[in-house]
Amino acid sequence: MATDVHGPLTVPAADAVRIDGLTRSFDGRTVIGGLDLTVAPGEFVALLGRSGCGKSTLLRVLAGLDRDFQGTVLVPRRRAVAFQAPRLMPWKRVWRNVLLGLPDRPPRERAVTALAEVGLEHRADAWPKTLSGGEAQRASLARALVREPDLLLLDEPFGALDALTRIRAQRQVAEVWQRRGCAVLLVTHDVEEAVLLADRVLVMDGGVIAHQAPVDLPRPRDVGDPGFTRLRAELLDRLGVGAPAAAATVTIDAA
Amino acid sequence: MTVDHAPPDISGISQQTLSVSADAPDLEPIASAATRRRSLPRGLRRATGPVLLLALWQLFSSTGLLPSNILAAPSAIARTASGLIADGTLPSAMAVSLQRVTIGLAFGAVAGIGLALLSGLSRLGEDLIDTTVHMLRAVPFIGMIPLFIIWLGIGETPKITLIALGVAFPLYLNVHAGIRSVDDQLIEAGASLGLTRWGLIRHVILPGALPGAMTGLRFSLASAWLALVFGETVNADDGIGFLMNQAREFFRTDIIVVCLLIYSFLGIAADLVVRALERLLLQWRPTFTGR
Repeated sequence: MATDVHGPLTVPAADAVRIDGLTRSFDGRTVIGGLDLTVAPGEFVALLGRSGCGKSTLLRVLAGLDRDFQGTVLVPRRRAVAFQAPRLMPWKRVWRNVLLGLPDRPPRERAVTALAEVGLEHRADAWPKTLSGGEAQRASLARALVREPDLLLLDEPFGALDALTRIRAQRQVAEVWQRRGCAVLLVTHDVEEAVLLADRVLVMDGGVIAHQAPVDLPRPRDVGDPGFTRLRAELLDRLGVGAPAAAATVTIDAA
Repeated sequence: MTVDHAPPDISGISQQTLSVSADAPDLEPIASAATRRRSLPRGLRRATGPVLLLALWQLFSSTGLLPSNILAAPSAIARTASGLIADGTLPSAMAVSLQRVTIGLAFGAVAGIGLALLSGLSRLGEDLIDTTVHMLRAVPFIGMIPLFIIWLGIGETPKITLIALGVAFPLYLNVHAGIRSVDDQLIEAGASLGLTRWGLIRHVILPGALPGAMTGLRFSLASAWLALVFGETVNADDGIGFLMNQAREFFRTDIIVVCLLIYSFLGIAADLVVRALERLLLQWRPTFTGR
């Protein structure tokens, strides 16, 4: 478990995130209105919602990138973000990107260790622009992991990947999470991905958490499992896509 | 061919495949790049243009189509050049001119880049500097020579000031534009990684502005050379421009051409330095290199 024994956490040890009455408006238009949320340490939470529902805004608030809000937001001091686009600095080699922003000039080995965790140690000296989409996304994940976060924020990190690469990346995230034991908030619009990875799935609508569902399925999970299918149908329904479980999307066994 | 979600009808598909192969399209080979033209080494191929031009020029001069009081023959120019080098006139003139450009470039670069950083990195700086610079930029700096002579006399100072002025504006514009074109998402990513304001400037903004700065440097060098020619031909008692002016008095087109060649060689040399610098500093940027 990534419990910080050296320094005090910003939040009491009982929670990894605590949000009370969070409100965020853009030019009078309320995107998040009085949202409450707590995330337990080590919990994997997926946040679903239609596009424009404010889920990315919530993540940006938690990352400390958006500070024009009202309400109380408590997060661990050690938190890291992986964005939808890898956002690597093109002028720094991959390993330097991984270590960027860390204090006290850490040695190269630390970057290589983090890269090895996502299977990318052989690309440590590459320029970011020479990486494939999947590699760049993994490098971005390694950059988040090297910070040893107590809270890992993932903003649709698999959105731009092709289907096969996405499955591998999802597995990698699941492995890393199980190994590190950090709390994860995954923002996604992919219901299957949410049910596959999360302990708890939240549905955001109208600026609040409109629905939440614990995922009690054993890991590793099987998209063909009846419990999986039922939960996915329920969540799709909550998202206003009350379609029958379309067979077309269940093409690959991602257990 | 359409393949839908319906269970595949094997016989139907095989029939369709047959009908497709019946009127198969004509195939053509795509030549592999390895086997494509491999005639001349790059360096040699690049030299053919200038060599051809030179040969044509020599031909016209030798046949008398191009009289020497209009333009001296390449052979005559080569003789003059070696003479000027041997008696030390050319090396000393070159040294003087080069020194002027270097000093002017240094002053101009410090001013241009410094102002660009101030106005690029802070909104207050932009409000104070940007409009002013754009206003001054509209004044053709070559037209300021008479004023410089009145203010600064006829020594080295007005020439260096002129060069610095020519250098500062293109650098300012391109560095400023470079800073402002840095991807906002990268800055946000940097902030999320815990970079401080100075860290963001050092690791994100300045490297991001570098391509713009290199473009600016190229424009500046061209501008510096122009300023040098003007500065040295208007009033000078040494340097390449002076040599050229003197030659004009005696209709020595050969010397004039030698001086022009020196200018262009210096220009090429400066460009090579910038190219090398770009290769070194912008190696992270994969670029289209032509086919």
